[in-house]
Amino acid sequence: MNALRNDLQLVADWIAPDSRVLDLGCGDGSLLARLAATRGVTGYGLEIDPEKITHCVERGVNVIQRDLDRGLSDFDADSFDYVVMTQTLQSVRRPDRLLEEMLRVGREGIVTFPNFGHWRLRGYLGFFGRMPMSGALSYTWYDTPNIHLCTLHDFEALCTERHIDIIERSTLSHDLRRPRLAGVMPNLLAEIALYRFRRAG
Amino acid sequence: MPKTIPSDSVGLVAPRHARFDEPLALECGRELPGFELVYETYGTLNADASNAVLICHALSGTHHAAGYHTLEDSKPGWWEAIIGPGKPVDTNRFFVVCSNNLGGCHGSTGPATVNPATGEPWGPDFPMVTVHDWVASQARLADHLGVHRWAAVVGGSLGGMQALQWAIDYPDRLANAVTVAAAPRLSAQNIGFNEVARQAIRGDPDYHEGRYQAMGTVPRRGLMLARMLGHITYLSDEAMHEKFGRDLREGKPDYDFHYGVEFEVESYLRYQGRAFINRFDANTYLLMTKALDYFDPAAAHGGDLARALAGVQARFLVLAFTSDWRFPPARSLEIVRALLDGNKDVSYSEIEADHGHDAFLMPIPQYRDVFAGYMGRIAREIGA
Repeated sequence: MNALRNDLQLVADWIAPDSRVLDLGCGDGSLLARLAATRGVTGYGLEIDPEKITHCVERGVNVIQRDLDRGLSDFDADSFDYVVMTQTLQSVRRPDRLLEEMLRVGREGIVTFPNFGHWRLRGYLGFFGRMPMSGALSYTWYDTPNIHLCTLHDFEALCTERHIDIIERSTLSHDLRRPRLAGVMPNLLAEIALYRFRRAG
Repeated sequence: MPKTIPSDSVGLVAPRHARFDEPLALECGRELPGFELVYETYGTLNADASNAVLICHALSGTHHAAGYHTLEDSKPGWWEAIIGPGKPVDTNRFFVVCSNNLGGCHGSTGPATVNPATGEPWGPDFPMVTVHDWVASQARLADHLGVHRWAAVVGGSLGGMQALQWAIDYPDRLANAVTVAAAPRLSAQNIGFNEVARQAIRGDPDYHEGRYQAMGTVPRRGLMLARMLGHITYLSDEAMHEKFGRDLREGKPDYDFHYGVEFEVESYLRYQGRAFINRFDANTYLLMTKALDYFDPAAAHGGDLARALAGVQARFLVLAFTSDWRFPPARSLEIVRALLDGNKDVSYSEIEADHGHDAFLMPIPQYRDVFAGYMGRIAREIGA
């Protein structure tokens, strides 16, 4: 079995055995395949890219071709233990609505996204006065899928506003290793943020 | 005529017949005393009979799904794009079976074959058969071939509906179902088109209430019209525009202001209609369209497809084409949603294609890739 990307490994560690998972923007299905093989997890991936869909069916991962901007209306409320979305939140049209949808169909949500508050990005914009490009954000401003970039603080503020409880947070540097000073000034030092959350109350 | 047979073709094939003498109780309440199915097979059944794939054909399809009957054949079988060595349904790995449906006109028992009770062709007296009956008859063929459980049952259009019916009727006799460009039931518009086709046939003076064989006639006009109408629904507006546009028939510089063939599209449809007369029986066409109309597995469950599929064990691959307006992607998604509701294994892909419904017959790369990926996983799992 190939090694999982570090962020996916962290996500996998958060998922309880034998649970049901919906993976939004599941890519080539590596997370679901790993979860099925190691934790008896069942579920589906949603993906829009035909090539990635082919990879999913090749490895036996259930995948439904869907555009996340059309919501999750194919799924009933509370039909999953977890709804996961890795590195996709920043590229959907309405991240706020999708977060709500995630918590409609799932008991818990897990997202990962690039932190726009990272010091290098701030420095790039501050010093050069141009839109930053870095490891996690390697696109030009005019040709990027990342249309809704946010910082850790932004995300946490949105959760508060929408009555979403954050259960767990983790951060990674851009080479996807845990930053040495994990927990210290994460909004400045983390390149990738990972959150597990549920509806408050 | 293929000068040489392409290396990715199954090559020369010959149909076979299987006779079943046990009576078959039909959904309509009548019974067939016995029946015969004509079928073809490609590839080799493995020792534990785990690599068999059943192909279900569409409305006007036949058991001749791949390869050539003779070197003089102008065309290979109808799913040559999908079945063959190295193709999505890889005959190097799978034992592939395709039978002509009961009620067909290509060698299986149907309206044009002889009714043993009278010694005359069945004609319009052939009982109404349904998709459920086809599946029951194919289950006997599976027994005959020594196949207890299909690695996959696969079909496009009406054939996809048949694959769905297989998963409902014999949940433990197939590991996978692949439905391509199908729907869980016909819409009013679909039934409407079928009814116009039937009226074209039944209103033909040569139809003689279905006893045209005895009268020595063929309802050519009606059958031709039915096929012309069908053809329009198989193509997208874009595909017709691409293929014909408003081009005048070859060689014509200008309008002639008459009712003969002016446009290329008229010429094409007439050609398709005429060609159909030679290879299809009118009573079979009526029967097949009715089988389509009646198909509705959810009906017995208050219209709830998820409940109809509650017992399904097979994993599903559901494929649809963007420009298919006969069975558009939304109809395939009804199947997907019902399977999701029941937590069944299902994958769905929507193939970008502008050919309309007929896209399921074409070698479209995205279509072949995802289909091959799915079948490849099955082959790996059974060690084929």
